[in-house]
Amino acid sequence: MEKQSIEQLQKICTQLRRDVLRMVHAVQSGHPGAPLGCAEFFVALYFDQLRHNPDFKMDGKGEDIFFLSNGHLSAGWYSVLARSGYFPVEELKTFRKINSRLQGHPATHEHLPGIRVASGSLGQGLSVALGAAQSKKLEKDDHLIYILMGDGELQEGQVWEAAMYAAHFGVDNLIATVDYNGQQIDGPTTEVMDLKNLKAKWEAFGWEVIETKKGNDLKSVLEGLEKAKSLTGKGKPVMNLLYTEMGYGVDFMVGTHKWHGSPPSDEQLANALGQLEETLGDY
Amino acid sequence: MSLDLKFTYTEKKDTRSGFGDGFLEAGRKNPNVVGLCADLIGSLKMGAFQKEFPERFFQTGIAEANMIGISAGLAIGGKIPFAGTFANFATGRVYDQIRQSVAYSNKNVKICASHAGLTLGEDGATHQILEDLGMMKMLPHMTVINPCDYNQTKAATLAIAEYEGPVYLRFGRPSWPIFTPADQKFEIGKAWKMIDGKDVSIFATGHMVWEANVAEAMLREEGISAEVINIHTIKPLDEEAILESVKKTGCAVSAEEHQINGGLGDAIAQTLARNNPAPLEYVGVNDSFGESGTPTALLEKYGLNAANIVKAAKKALSRK
Ligand SMILES: Cc1ncc(C[n+]2csc(CCOP(=O)(O)OP(=O)(O)O)c2C)c(N)n1
Ligand SMILES: [Mg+2]
Repeated sequence: MEKQSIEQLQKICTQLRRDVLRMVHAVQSGHPGAPLGCAEFFVALYFDQLRHNPDFKMDGKGEDIFFLSNGHLSAGWYSVLARSGYFPVEELKTFRKINSRLQGHPATHEHLPGIRVASGSLGQGLSVALGAAQSKKLEKDDHLIYILMGDGELQEGQVWEAAMYAAHFGVDNLIATVDYNGQQIDGPTTEVMDLKNLKAKWEAFGWEVIETKKGNDLKSVLEGLEKAKSLTGKGKPVMNLLYTEMGYGVDFMVGTHKWHGSPPSDEQLANALGQLEETLGDY
Repeated sequence: MSLDLKFTYTEKKDTRSGFGDGFLEAGRKNPNVVGLCADLIGSLKMGAFQKEFPERFFQTGIAEANMIGISAGLAIGGKIPFAGTFANFATGRVYDQIRQSVAYSNKNVKICASHAGLTLGEDGATHQILEDLGMMKMLPHMTVINPCDYNQTKAATLAIAEYEGPVYLRFGRPSWPIFTPADQKFEIGKAWKMIDGKDVSIFATGHMVWEANVAEAMLREEGISAEVINIHTIKPLDEEAILESVKKTGCAVSAEEHQINGGLGDAIAQTLARNNPAPLEYVGVNDSFGESGTPTALLEKYGLNAANIVKAAKKALSRK
């Protein structure tokens, strides 16, 4: 894929946000908050960083692989997959409907291109990503494994089993990103179950940690991912703490857990879409 | 043309609200009742209890295994923990924690499992557990309960607070007819014959009891007399009630929002095989995962509604 300018990428972000809102609104179910906050990440990854082939192959040999561990961000992932050529953009309108390949949470069962393992039950993705990374090492394939996790998701013990394993085996061909939005279903993470010093935790587990403080600024996200890439291959797994805002891009959705899993009403959708320019054409 | 239903309703409500309301009342009755939840307080309707008894409620964050272990510890100290999350994360996710720390150690922990089965809807197969009854009923010491509507779920919640021992209480997300009385007495392990009949026995659990009620009326229109038995407790199973009914009718249908493999139907088959081999037809999910969709569309696609109970009843009758 040809490199695109920041302006072009920014346009894709806006469209992704429109897609997410329209998808969730159409079925009055799903999760708008985190995908809105991760739009810059998704677009930076799929349209700039990832060396990938939309002509999808399950084994991902000879390409970078991305895993979405926090599967409830499906609407955002489906949008970026469709917009980067994995399947027709039109298909986004089947999201969460019966007989669709676009399941509520990502699944391989219906064979949607771009997905390599089901997610939705939190805390399992990092382990899978580590296995895929080790498989690449065994194959002498020098491509990278990327994974996104939620910050609330880090409360699952399995994440820390995986964290320990990654450092022990020196899985240095993996870049994990945490959507550090400080929110989860029942409220802010500080109130639900405080994550305390995440940077220190990952460092203590033997990871190389970078912080992307402006996770909704495309330039910073791109720089962060570049930095992360430069740290691979040095014996340590790499963690990118991505500070985002849940619901970013829509004034009445930003910064609150209330939009974790609530769809907008007709009126709210119209209001939200008014704030987001249609740049690539709605599906 | 409307059906002449034996049980009707004026209101629909989710069974999880029956749990939430029962839980609050149990908390008021007994100061030893405590609550735990893994970042799904709103979904489980545990918020009112948390508000009234903040010091007796523990938000564990997204950490179900930890929640089960803590519950076992609280039970050691004489507390009666109600640990709530989605049915998938309350069973498969933490099976070994339940097996060792709760069931084998016989701790007075109430595992409260919401959003069970296909009727969870759009979230899809990752969340639609259809194997939980099987997993839980296989565990020695475990009592397994799947009530049918808001009122019965509330009554069951109050009953398990008074019962000593591990319990798995299963309920759901969708708004569902309230067709059983508010003042019902809930007897753990005692099946409830809701409708008398003589040609075929329908044994149903959870949301499928309503569908059985509808199926009974449909069958009656065709001159078939069906007996409807509400099996709210899957373990211990009321074998006596099952055998008594089948002795009269000579054939049976089981109906559940669960895999056929390992579910209520299998438990009934075991009972019949040992005592009175009679034709039994299963209404349940046939060895497949679910998918996203509306609850109604899913129940239809996977063959879990009144029409399918009618079909199964006729098949069972034809095999007599
Ligand atoms: C094992 C498991 N437990 C509970 C849930 C229900 N659940 C879905 S999303 C979520 C909150 C996740 O928080 P976070 O990772 O911070 O995501 P965000 O709210 O920021 O989108 C919970 C508890 C789940 N999907 N999986
Ligand atoms: Mg979060």
